[in-house]
Amino acid sequence: MLRRAALIAAAVGATAASLAGVAETGVAARGSPPQEVIQLRDGAGRELIVSRCIVCHSLEYIPSNAPAMDRGGWQKTIQKMRGRFGAPISDEEAAQILDYLAANYSGKSQT
Amino acid sequence: MLTRRDLLLAAACGWAAGPTLAAEAGTADDPGPFGVLPGKRPLLQRALRPPNFETPLGDLIAPFTPNDVFFVRYHLAVIPWVDPAAWRLEVAGASAQRPLRLSLSELRHGFEQVHLAAVNQCSGNRRGLFSPRVPGVQWGNGAMGNALWTGVRLRDVLRRAGVAGDALEVVVRGADSAVLPGTPDFVKSLPIDRALDDSTLIAFEMNGRALPHWNGSPARLVVPGWTGTYWMKHLTQVRIEPRPFDGFWMKAAYRLPTGAFQGARFVSQETPETTPITEILVNSLITQPLPGTRIRRGAHAELAGKAWDNGAGIAAVEASVDGRNSWREAALGRDLGRFAWREFRLPLDTRSLGPLEIAVRARSRGGAQQPDKLTFNPSGYHDNIVQTVAVEIV
Repeated sequence: MLRRAALIAAAVGATAASLAGVAETGVAARGSPPQEVIQLRDGAGRELIVSRCIVCHSLEYIPSNAPAMDRGGWQKTIQKMRGRFGAPISDEEAAQILDYLAANYSGKSQT
Repeated sequence: MLTRRDLLLAAACGWAAGPTLAAEAGTADDPGPFGVLPGKRPLLQRALRPPNFETPLGDLIAPFTPNDVFFVRYHLAVIPWVDPAAWRLEVAGASAQRPLRLSLSELRHGFEQVHLAAVNQCSGNRRGLFSPRVPGVQWGNGAMGNALWTGVRLRDVLRRAGVAGDALEVVVRGADSAVLPGTPDFVKSLPIDRALDDSTLIAFEMNGRALPHWNGSPARLVVPGWTGTYWMKHLTQVRIEPRPFDGFWMKAAYRLPTGAFQGARFVSQETPETTPITEILVNSLITQPLPGTRIRRGAHAELAGKAWDNGAGIAAVEASVDGRNSWREAALGRDLGRFAWREFRLPLDTRSLGPLEIAVRARSRGGAQQPDKLTFNPSGYHDNIVQTVAVEIV
């Protein structure tokens, strides 16, 4: 199992390389890759989210899905990431992540 | 806790978390931030990594959607640059009688080349417009486009490899992959009949030019009339198999409640509860006038847009300006082929001051028609409800 820092580097590096290498193939305009500018809301657990989730994907998925989510929805999502997609997140980390997302990114209206 | 070392590593790879709060991803009314992928003009960025970018409405007006604004969708973030000269397509599987490996040159010159215009539409197009909202990439109207695809028939390639009598499905795989070893690769299958359909292509050109990197270079599958999930990019392997494929992206993703929708059934993948999404449902898109346009009373104004379906062909596009009580037929534009979209146009009556809501519905030659009401499904697929635009005569 890769060390966490190496995982982050590998993940961002893989797509960055895909974006950065364009100039060599003559396919596209030169330029630096788009910046990841998402800043999540302040709250306990934010740093954990950022370090765990960005391994595989950028963070827009969190605010963009918020209107569809409640605590139960995030619980299912976290379980999918761990159970189906192999995200190396411990039980304790999953609980903290769930609390953060439930508190800060649950926009589904209750009827 | 994210350490300074982590941040330095991330920055070294060219990424950094910026100080500004991104638009909280946009909604149907506010399209959200634009982003630029190398080689593409600005597109609506639904996610950066893996890239999910949709085409702005203004870029869906041309009959063929230009390569540099065609939408981009990925599930997984490791997207290699495939060297076309080194690329090989493997044709194999338990029901392939003579497995093959083909270079791009062998593919191009060894089989009859075909040009076919077809709409590529993401299964989740318009998911962001669902009510109630559902999780997933929050696409607006632009996860789709019409292109002229050049390639060879998958059928011809499969026949060269020999299709055994017990062939049931064709499993297709591409070069992109996941970051984590435990994430299933994006692998799909097709029913053998769909794979052998003469419209199913291995395409290497889009609108007369080599496939852009982000749209599947050097070769991809084109499955006209079926949703984009089957249009495997960076194609590397097709396997003819006698058994149903049981990978995650077939068994647990891209599924609908069984019986909820019309369209071709993927029988070998169907369960009593769910069945894979297959055909595109008849649909339309209003490109003119834009929402909120103020039109001077008496001015000439025209409704325009596109209509498309699963390949049965558009029979009619109708518009209503009286709350769907009565409908008038629009004029249909040039037929680019049954899998392409069809333009429609209709002059608008601008004589009465006040708000004007225009509803548009397309009908397919197969008899299917856009419904008034959304058929809700938890994955957010098949939004093909009657389209509306609200303007004002001033």
